[in-house]
Amino acid sequence: MRDIAVISFAQTPARRSVPELNEVEMLMPAVHDALTQVDMTIDDIGFTCSGSTDYLAGTAFSFVSTLDAVGPWPPIQESHVEMDGAWALYEAWVKLQLGEIDTALVYAYAKSSPGDLPMVLTRQLDPITVGPLWADSVSLAALQARSLIDSGKATEADMAEVVARSRKDALNNPKAQLAWDRSAEDHLATDYHIAPLRKGDCPPITDGAAAIVLAAGDVARSKVKRPAWIRGIDHRVDPIHLGLRDLTVSESTRIAAEKAGVADGKVDIAELHAPFSHQELILKEAIGLGDDVAINPSGGALAANAMMTAGLIRIGEVATRISNGEADRGVAHATSGPCLQQNLVTVLEGDA
Amino acid sequence: MCDAVTDQTEVGEILSAPLIIEYPFKRTTGPIIGAFLTGLREQVLVGSKAEDGRVIVPPAEFDPVSGNDLTELVEVGPEGVITTWAWVTEPHAKHALDDPFAWILVKLDGADTPMLGALKAPTMDVVATGARVKPVWADEREGHIDDIAHWVLVEGDAA
Repeated sequence: MRDIAVISFAQTPARRSVPELNEVEMLMPAVHDALTQVDMTIDDIGFTCSGSTDYLAGTAFSFVSTLDAVGPWPPIQESHVEMDGAWALYEAWVKLQLGEIDTALVYAYAKSSPGDLPMVLTRQLDPITVGPLWADSVSLAALQARSLIDSGKATEADMAEVVARSRKDALNNPKAQLAWDRSAEDHLATDYHIAPLRKGDCPPITDGAAAIVLAAGDVARSKVKRPAWIRGIDHRVDPIHLGLRDLTVSESTRIAAEKAGVADGKVDIAELHAPFSHQELILKEAIGLGDDVAINPSGGALAANAMMTAGLIRIGEVATRISNGEADRGVAHATSGPCLQQNLVTVLEGDA
Repeated sequence: MCDAVTDQTEVGEILSAPLIIEYPFKRTTGPIIGAFLTGLREQVLVGSKAEDGRVIVPPAEFDPVSGNDLTELVEVGPEGVITTWAWVTEPHAKHALDDPFAWILVKLDGADTPMLGALKAPTMDVVATGARVKPVWADEREGHIDDIAHWVLVEGDAA
């Protein structure tokens, strides 16, 4: 395997709504910040890959126009995934493994705000037996939370601890959307939103963008003091029908974590893409993280959850903490689909 | 004419227009899903038998483990038990029920996997995992998942 590292990461401030900018204008600061940090321009990039979805933009092939944010002239090598940017990063990593290029730019963005997001997300369900019921994303997550509570593996109080800790940690994240210091008891005193979930158990609706630059071997070493090397990356998928899954576990995450080699060394930090509080508990078990691992120091998806982007941000948050010396080895997780259907796990490591 | 030029930094002056978007696909349902939908029209529920003997509802066209074609259909239900539920206090206009209701995963008698439905219930307090439910059929059925109008608790079994 070729050594590939994250050498820069940038994200826009997470906001509930960014009506005054179009997607290109919203994305440009992230792309240019990521390139500028390592003194590069698009001319230095061998491959560009993005993650976004037409279902939010309401326009077919919407990602084509967003390429204006990178200035693709003369013509560039690029690709797009209709998935979170973490999967775009996976494609770029594969491309770098082929050895033809040494650098890649990965970006992701979403304006989650213009439509009725939980209902838009029903369009990813089975179109014949589930989609027509309009079971929104929050309701499906609530079914999963109830399963977890019924199983005895977690309580509403456990979920409340995740909520309180995440929003408190987000106070140290200047890009976060929801950040405050409120106790788990305060959270439990609020009304149910879609029982057993309270509003606080759910992620915010976020508009935002993020970008990462990847580089191979000596190019990475020449650009930054401490590259965050990708030591393992794998993604897996569970069946689309919730009834075919045990909702209290995430089998696809477990397999991805195993294949990515999470257990091959000590984990200092983990950024888990858990949009709903109970999902962090499921992921922690699936990945096999101990209580000594700092989980979501950024505040995670409960603090900011730009669609198609929050998974890529998890990788960027871990990479940043490795490059600045806060951590030596970390795990980043990204998810997509209802109730953690698709999962990607990345293991990042700094040189000793 | 210059009045039309808006200051982009002032959110209140941004020009905007509604955008209605639809994806009006038509799909061929095939012999397995088609049989399930035809069954709904006749008030009969069917699942497919997987290679390991499990009965999957709604029927799966492919074995979830091996990926091989599944062809054997088995009648199930119509009653079943709730395996998990969530209480919706403010239904969406697109939801089947106008009043607060519960989403349920219901495992039908004879089935091994649960399916999604909307349960009509007076309050959250009467809904429980393990409670028995039955379908309420739509008056006019056309071979669509909405032929099950909603689900209700089987009387005498309310938790």
